[in-house]
Amino acid sequence: MLELQAVNAYYGSFQALFDISLTVEQGEAVAVIGPNGAGKTTLLRVISGLVRTADGTLTMEGKNLRTVPPHAIIKLGVAHVPENRRLFPRMTVEDNLKIGAFTPSARKQFKERLKFVYELFPILAERCAQFAGTLSGGEQQMCAIARALMSNPKMLLMDEPSAGLAPVIVQQVFELVHQIREKGFTVLIVEQNIQQVLKVVDRAYLLEVGSIKASGSASELLGSEEIRKAYIGV
Amino acid sequence: MFDIYLLETIVNGILLGGVLALLALGLNLIFGVIDVVWICYAELVMLGMYAIFFLYVKFGIPLILACLAGIAVVAVFGYLVHLLVISPILGTAPINQLLATGGLLFFLQSFTTLLFGVEFRNIGLRLPVLEVFGMYISFARLLAFCTALIGMIVLYLFLARTYIGTAIRAISQDREVMVLMGVNSRKIYLITSAIGGGLAGLAACLLVLQYDIHPAIGLSFGPITFMICVLGGLGNMLGGFIAAFIFSQIIAIGGFYTELEWGYVIAFAVFIVMMFIRPQGILGSRS
Amino acid sequence: MNKLFYLIGAIVLLALPSIGVPQYYMHVLITILIWSFTYTSWSIMGRFGLVSLGHGAFMGVGAYTVAMLWNYLSLTPWIGIPLALLFSMAMAILIGYPCFRFRIVGHYFALVTLALSEVIRMLIMALRDYTGGSLGLTPERFGEGTSLYALQFADKETFYFIALVFWAFGIWVWKKIDTSMDRYALDAISEDEDAAASVGINVTRQKLRITVISGVMTAFGGILYGQYLMYINPHTVAGVGVSLQIVFAVVAGGMYVAFGPTVGAIITISLAEFLRVLIGTAMVGLDTTIYGLMLILFIIFLPQGILGAIIEKGSRKKAVRKPATAVGAAPG
Repeated sequence: MLELQAVNAYYGSFQALFDISLTVEQGEAVAVIGPNGAGKTTLLRVISGLVRTADGTLTMEGKNLRTVPPHAIIKLGVAHVPENRRLFPRMTVEDNLKIGAFTPSARKQFKERLKFVYELFPILAERCAQFAGTLSGGEQQMCAIARALMSNPKMLLMDEPSAGLAPVIVQQVFELVHQIREKGFTVLIVEQNIQQVLKVVDRAYLLEVGSIKASGSASELLGSEEIRKAYIGV
Repeated sequence: MFDIYLLETIVNGILLGGVLALLALGLNLIFGVIDVVWICYAELVMLGMYAIFFLYVKFGIPLILACLAGIAVVAVFGYLVHLLVISPILGTAPINQLLATGGLLFFLQSFTTLLFGVEFRNIGLRLPVLEVFGMYISFARLLAFCTALIGMIVLYLFLARTYIGTAIRAISQDREVMVLMGVNSRKIYLITSAIGGGLAGLAACLLVLQYDIHPAIGLSFGPITFMICVLGGLGNMLGGFIAAFIFSQIIAIGGFYTELEWGYVIAFAVFIVMMFIRPQGILGSRS
Repeated sequence: MNKLFYLIGAIVLLALPSIGVPQYYMHVLITILIWSFTYTSWSIMGRFGLVSLGHGAFMGVGAYTVAMLWNYLSLTPWIGIPLALLFSMAMAILIGYPCFRFRIVGHYFALVTLALSEVIRMLIMALRDYTGGSLGLTPERFGEGTSLYALQFADKETFYFIALVFWAFGIWVWKKIDTSMDRYALDAISEDEDAAASVGINVTRQKLRITVISGVMTAFGGILYGQYLMYINPHTVAGVGVSLQIVFAVVAGGMYVAFGPTVGAIITISLAEFLRVLIGTAMVGLDTTIYGLMLILFIIFLPQGILGAIIEKGSRKKAVRKPATAVGAAPG
């Protein structure tokens, strides 16, 4: 579904990603794991068109994403849940979800999408008239994911969903990811919390200092000695 | 003890506040969403006034239609201002936008002088003065106040209920994320600019009922509008609304006890003092 | 190389009156010199991102104080001028201190200064019994019109030298600041106030100091103008119009180079005079129409001004370090 090949990305003259190649098949859940500053967020920004790449291929279902303007990426079915949630703090939960369904095709199905999302996340239904900025960390993450789902995406990009959340909440968030998978959504997650994320995905890539250092199934990576020593500290 | 003239002044102050609030709303909308200050905003109003004048007086079009046309003209102009002047320099330092709109102010004032000369013009409408409880209230002013209020309510409903309105509110809270939602910010900015222009056009309709038209009329209420916006917290529409009435009261009452100009001087002085006490404005937030 | 330029320039400028330049051109030259001085004074602040839309206030206070003290209290400008400069300094501190202490910058600062210039203009109008309101004020002529006591000089040649001296002084101050340590402090402040403060720069004091210098010099520009023209009114020496005119000229000429504001003055005044000669008073406002249009075009296409662009093209070898303000788009 999503395919990157030999993608390089720069911030000005600083190169952030080196020769990245990865794929995500339909229905899969794939993780990109790695330490701080590895370029994980950059990767997602490249896919969403916020950072332009000079070369390599970047396609979604065969369509070349590099020539698509950033605000049109969502129309191709790629919804991005940004780092730190980035909700609209002084707008209600429902208004936030409204913006999630901004594209014309999503707007037509707004009522159905809203129903779907409220069923998936009943707490949001309760808090629908509350300002998003007043929600708890876990609820905000829920809202951010829900907002992305409003556009009826084919694939969800999630940028560090566990960032800044208490461990108990983190558990809940990954439960949510699992639930979303069950509903049939394809997911690409970028995460620092390797232990938790490897439990809910099929495959993963290890990104370090802008390059992919390893890849494989989740169980393979969980079992790998290097990763355990370097990141899980076991 | 009860001074009917003072009460009359207060009431007139409130009525004046209505139109000022409308002006402040337009400026705040544009600043809150796009993060630019149109120094030439009052000159857009002036354009609207001239448009209405010519349509009504020279071409004999009915006043209501002339006013609607005036609103449309300034709305289009607002759109063009963003498209041609603001958009090319949007990413650069804020002073560039101030200077560019400053240049536009110059240009509009002078160009109007060239076209229409410096004489004062008036649409010649003599609206009655009402007597209410012994106070003399100008009907034009009352009409202007009510229309301004209606305009503001319409704007509020638009922003709160419609899709585009919600998008406009959202973009002022988080610009970057909007792209991920599939929103073309440029389109939203253009729409916002057009709405800002439309509000200026509405203000023009209201002012043209009460005042003479001349190229420098922007100076009469432009700086005041900025003061009101800053006083209320730049970009904060509710703050601007409240500040407009505070300001208009100071002008009215100050002018009541002394001469009109002193009213303005006091208002400005109060503004400067307020800047020291609360620099971010009454409802503004520290950024 | 530079020194030679300056020497030749100085000789030419000093010799100018002697070669018999017609009175009209002398007048234009003097006007250019006086306004150059004012524009340079503004740019001392403007180049560091402290964009004031209120310098009309300083000009007004300077010009009106001296003229009024002379007309009503028969106070010689020898005393009147220091008093006026003191007033402007007070005004600069009064506005500057709260602004800088409370971190009022950018839009807010510009609008506050705009308020200032309008207050002064309103004040002048409100005091119309003394200032003559919009009709303006004429300092009373002393004797034949030339007097050291009244600091009035009827013959253009004398005033030319006076204007020249102060213009040169203005450039000197500009350069002095440009090569001082404070310049780097101010550059740092304009890029990132917090970072500057954290390395020990006293942000408030630096900004206040440059504001006072700029304001007082501008006030003096207003005084020069008043004493030369022997007529002032609130629209030519105060208010938003003047403030914007100053900004435009500096932007057109080049805000980051010493002679930029002077070039701006040459452009604007020559244009105005040229149009006046060509079209007469038939098309009042044509020059400002063109200024307005030019300002917009300059900001979009040539933010470093004409002189700035020329210098940049000419000396690519000497990497001119330009501050971050007003040039180029922010990253991201």
